[in-house]
Amino acid sequence: MGFERFGTVSFVAQTKVAEFIGYLDEGKVMGTQCKSCGTKFFPPRNDCAQCLGSDIEWFEITGKGKLLTFSKLIYAPAGFEGDLPYRICVVEYEDGVKVFGRISPSIPDEDVSIGMALVAVPVKLSGEKIAYEFQRA
Amino acid sequence: MQKVGIIGVGQSTFVRGYEGSIRELAFEGFQESMRDAQLKPADINASIICSAPEYDKQRTPAGLLAEYFGLNPQPTFYIESVCSSSSMGLRVAYSMIQAGLHDVVAVIGFQKMSEISSAESQERMGRGADIMWESPFGTMMPAYYAMHARAHMNTYGTTEEDLALIRVKAASYGQINEKAVYRKEVTLEKALGSDPVATPLKVFDCCANADGSSCIIVASEKMAKKLSPKPVWILGLGAASAAINMPGRKTFTGLTCAREAAKQAYGMAGLTPQDIDVAEAHDCFTIAEMMAYEDLGFAERGKGKELIRNKETYIGGKIPVNVDGGLLSKGHPIGATGGSQIRTITLQLRGEAGAMQVEGAKTGLVHNIGGVGIYGNVSIFGRD
Ligand SMILES: [Zn+2]
Repeated sequence: MGFERFGTVSFVAQTKVAEFIGYLDEGKVMGTQCKSCGTKFFPPRNDCAQCLGSDIEWFEITGKGKLLTFSKLIYAPAGFEGDLPYRICVVEYEDGVKVFGRISPSIPDEDVSIGMALVAVPVKLSGEKIAYEFQRA
Repeated sequence: MQKVGIIGVGQSTFVRGYEGSIRELAFEGFQESMRDAQLKPADINASIICSAPEYDKQRTPAGLLAEYFGLNPQPTFYIESVCSSSSMGLRVAYSMIQAGLHDVVAVIGFQKMSEISSAESQERMGRGADIMWESPFGTMMPAYYAMHARAHMNTYGTTEEDLALIRVKAASYGQINEKAVYRKEVTLEKALGSDPVATPLKVFDCCANADGSSCIIVASEKMAKKLSPKPVWILGLGAASAAINMPGRKTFTGLTCAREAAKQAYGMAGLTPQDIDVAEAHDCFTIAEMMAYEDLGFAERGKGKELIRNKETYIGGKIPVNVDGGLLSKGHPIGATGGSQIRTITLQLRGEAGAMQVEGAKTGLVHNIGGVGIYGNVSIFGRD
């Protein structure tokens, strides 16, 4: 339990990496790293597809990422209508880790461009829900 | 190794809101393919049923359809790779025939998308991506392809007008395809002026949802020669996969699963992109066809836009693509789509494509993608 708090609508409640939510509460966006082979993962995962180990530790996604691509949704799937319009995106960090998320509504459309520097910041949503968004670096 | 051939093809008319049950819908494609092949149900040694199960209220449709089509007691089973299910079905049929298990196999694809409401459908489609890490942000299929469109535009200078030109082409052929769900013209102004869905994609950049069915009858070389005056041979099959989540992607300007599947298919056939006379590309969105031009090697990376600007993908051009209207105008009933693409190429190679015929076509290709580039299938066909 715990993961049902992730995002506007979560489709998964139970996962071995539900600690991700606790870290968001502490203000940190975290990925996982395999203790055996050192591979870094985002999204976080409990199991390593490189060495097939399951011994992982958490690392914080820090520093500036670069906006790879994005789209602004005019229509939303059921349950997300209240969030419209919003922009989903992929951001790449210097160590090659890529993170999927939303661009903060605090950045106007005209200021959004591919290659711009962004930082991942946890955001509290209504109820007990929590997520992260990309803000201006 | 023996050859494997296609001896019968069929599809229903693709429609919005089919007024019948899934068994009746699927029967339409089956019936046409069996008449085409001049076979009876007892001649079919095994059937492969292809669809995306989240649309079906019926659990395990294979059992239902095998009974309804008169295919008991022959074996039947279900294959799913969302939008590329029936191309994957063809791959399995090919394997079973090459293994000597069966001589004649029916690959039956269907989807009654209107079996569930449109809101349910959007939500289920969105769940064809990573539901744990991406769906909570409110993702939808158009938005995923839109991110690829944005990256392609930014990297190569492709424009919204280039994408609209692909829609204009699709509509020009959809008008002459009596099986298509969207039979109207789309002008450049209309395409460019349509409402945004997920920027930079607009309403007319998105394919038409439809209910439909398809069926492909596949046979061993010996049976194909015996049963069919004009068998179409499977020359090359490629299949690959790629990360379901966006952070797992190395690029957003193409689909790596398509590139890998194309490499395999060309290699197996001993052919190059220049040898293809007519192609079906998985244009669920206009950007998907643009990426297919490049992923299939019809254009160099970033040069796909030149193909559509110069009308090279129209009949009479260098490489006609989706001259049956494509998913954009013909419609995209998930499980039936690959079979419909294979049918189009089969008719082209038999010289029976009517107003859509590419004169003298000898070699054809089908590019069929599942999800946002999760599953890639590329198949190459030829004739004697
Ligand atoms: Zn490892």
